[in-house]
Amino acid sequence: MPALHFHNLTLGYDRHPAVHHLSGEVAPGALVAVIGPNGAGKSTLLRGIVGILRPLDGTIHLGGLDARDIAYLPQSAEIDRSFPISVFDFVGTGLWRGTGLFGGIGKAARDKILRAIGAVGLSGFENRPIGTLSGGQMQRVLFARVLLQDASLIVLDEPFNAIDSKTTTDLLALVRRWHGEGRTVLAALHDMEMVRNHFTETLVLARGPVAWGPTAEVLTPENLLVAMRMCEAFDDSAAACAADDVSSRAA
Amino acid sequence: MLYDALIGPFTEFEFMRRALAAVIALALAGAPIGVFLMLRRMSLVGDAMAHAILPGAAIGFLLSGLNLFAMTAGGLIAGFAVAILAGVVARSTGLKEDASLATFYLASLALGVTIVSIRGTNIDLLHVLFGNILAMDDQTLLVVAFNATITLLVLAVIYRPLVIESVDPLFLRTVSRAGGPAHLAFLALVVINLVNGFQALGTLLAVGLMILPAGIARFWSRDLTAMICIAVMAAGVSGYAGLVLSFQTRVPSGPAIILVATVLYIISILFGRVGGIVRQLFPGRHLEA
Repeated sequence: MPALHFHNLTLGYDRHPAVHHLSGEVAPGALVAVIGPNGAGKSTLLRGIVGILRPLDGTIHLGGLDARDIAYLPQSAEIDRSFPISVFDFVGTGLWRGTGLFGGIGKAARDKILRAIGAVGLSGFENRPIGTLSGGQMQRVLFARVLLQDASLIVLDEPFNAIDSKTTTDLLALVRRWHGEGRTVLAALHDMEMVRNHFTETLVLARGPVAWGPTAEVLTPENLLVAMRMCEAFDDSAAACAADDVSSRAA
Repeated sequence: MLYDALIGPFTEFEFMRRALAAVIALALAGAPIGVFLMLRRMSLVGDAMAHAILPGAAIGFLLSGLNLFAMTAGGLIAGFAVAILAGVVARSTGLKEDASLATFYLASLALGVTIVSIRGTNIDLLHVLFGNILAMDDQTLLVVAFNATITLLVLAVIYRPLVIESVDPLFLRTVSRAGGPAHLAFLALVVINLVNGFQALGTLLAVGLMILPAGIARFWSRDLTAMICIAVMAAGVSGYAGLVLSFQTRVPSGPAIILVATVLYIISILFGRVGGIVRQLFPGRHLEA
């Protein structure tokens, strides 16, 4: 059974599609990069997968997973950094699935949290309020939380934006580790070099799917050019979409 | 002398003992709620909600006179109605919660004052608007204590989702459905505590014993647990000192309590460890690392 199955999926806002007629499967354990220009629908697709956004049309099958079993790292987290919470407690919220409302945080759980914080290179920061962290450190904290969520499907939305190369290298190692552990990872990315070197599968998205397959075959200048030419603006007076085909609406 | 001034009133007069008990109950339950109101940037929402309680309490007053039990029940119903309506409107339309509340509370305040004026005197209106903590009877005191107990119990239940929803609402939405119910339960607690404060301080000041201690706590700690403890203590101290002040002078009890809290607040702004003005002006030499 595939980890993810899109069937003629259309996602969008106010009836305007941001992802248009996408069909396809993600195999369990795949390491998929989702690329495309700004406004191509990458974030929208990921929001649809984790269930924050309801499809306008079509379906997403999660292969038996509940949407809440997915670890999701949003592009611009709505995190209130001024809230008085420590790195330790914040990362600890990743254990929610196991602890829920009342589950205690025992010795084993504490060790897990400390290990996760260590794994992202933030040992010693446990008691710092999250408001005192830099952008890169905060991103490491968010990765630590994903690590604790122990999810079989991990969805990362532009996780390396505005992050220095050292942090990127460290966090990319975590992504590779997840891949090694057989978890399915989807990441929206902009860095083509990184996609080429580290991601086995690529989906080029430009509202409609431009190409999807092994990275080496898909990541061609022609495909990128097609994606680039996609028109970004919504047409306010667009007619209702009648097409039921899966053809690309890119150009 | 000092004994006579500070402890005497409470050993001598039963109404002062009742008032003190009420104030401590209000501090224990209201201050933690106030801390969350502040951290969730809902301070003025609390204020708005306090006004929304008025018509319910006024209808209770209209039906059974100055019976605090009826007024409490009415206040609770009106408060819940407005809180839930405003919450639902905000969640379903994307209108910000404060905006939808502002509409509700203005209407409620006008309606409430109208209802009280129809039947009661100006004294009644004053009582409704500013409360009278010195006139607590047994029944009222029990209601206050009961509400405070409920508040602490419910807060314990929703604490974790409430904290996560305050820091990272999107994350909570992706892992759990507890966010919405926790938010509504929190609004309910706000109403319960406003009704509680309403007995002692009246509609206009009820929110004071919640928000001012929270504001004070914010200047002394960066840790949530510590903030809650400090807020409870600040509320308790304000309540006690306010009662003494009002006993010794002619200042009415409700305003006296809020004035003491205000003085503590000003002191905190000036000398607080976290972001206090003096601390900012004279931060000391910068550190090595």
